[in-house]
Amino acid sequence: MTPDQIVFIIVALVTLGSGFMVVVTRNLIHAALWLVATLFGVAIVYTLLNASFLAVVQVVVYIGAIAILFIFAVMLTRKDMRDSGPQHNKNWWFGALLAVLTFGGLFFLLQGWSGMSSTAPAYPSGFDAISELGNALTSPTGYVLPFEVASVLLVAALVGAVYVAFNPRSGKSEK
Amino acid sequence: MVPISWYLIFAAALFCIGLFGVLSRRNAVAILLGVELMLNAVNINLAAFWRYGNVTQMAGQVFAIIVFAVAAAEVAVGLALVISVYRRRNTVVADDIDMMKW
Repeated sequence: MTPDQIVFIIVALVTLGSGFMVVVTRNLIHAALWLVATLFGVAIVYTLLNASFLAVVQVVVYIGAIAILFIFAVMLTRKDMRDSGPQHNKNWWFGALLAVLTFGGLFFLLQGWSGMSSTAPAYPSGFDAISELGNALTSPTGYVLPFEVASVLLVAALVGAVYVAFNPRSGKSEK
Repeated sequence: MVPISWYLIFAAALFCIGLFGVLSRRNAVAILLGVELMLNAVNINLAAFWRYGNVTQMAGQVFAIIVFAVAAAEVAVGLALVISVYRRRNTVVADDIDMMKW
């Protein structure tokens, strides 16, 4: 095995293990922290794929913003289900069965694909993926329209989130 | 070099772990954690196909960035909904949020 493969296997096992802990651990704060570990593992996978910009965005946006948002939400709603009582619903075995069947189906589908064992083409020397990505995101012949739609989506989500979470009574009567 | 199948199987396993979390958790915040795992699995697939296809075509990375934006929007709105429901109903258990069920 080459060093690449050894690094990939270690990263993949750690990521899948912490991803598993996210869905089974009882304490939700711990689940959010395991999610941070999983996201770090995925960032390392991006680095292995030469997608360095995605790795940085993963750390900044996912770990820096989304995971912290989750921890805030868990803390704000924690009074309800501390660590007592079941954290999984009574049909959890059906969910587990469905997940295993989905994995089996995907595995079976991938086995029948001819390009399955293909290795990556050599990374062109002097190729600057980040400036290429910037060009693609801003050029009219590239992806400027999806880029703008994404920014509109973010603004709409921001306004919607503020509107949904806004409590008009909170100013007068404290509950 | 690592063959593409390793990345695809890894992403499929991560997706199924997230699927299990979405289907089996009672807490609405934990369900959103499962959705995040599924989105990450999709992003790994996009990046892997970008790297193993034509590297000079940036479509895979552009789509991954769109997925990042959608995930951020989804988490913001989802957690706002959870907190709003928690204020009104004092619960975050997904089974108990049945106002629209008849």
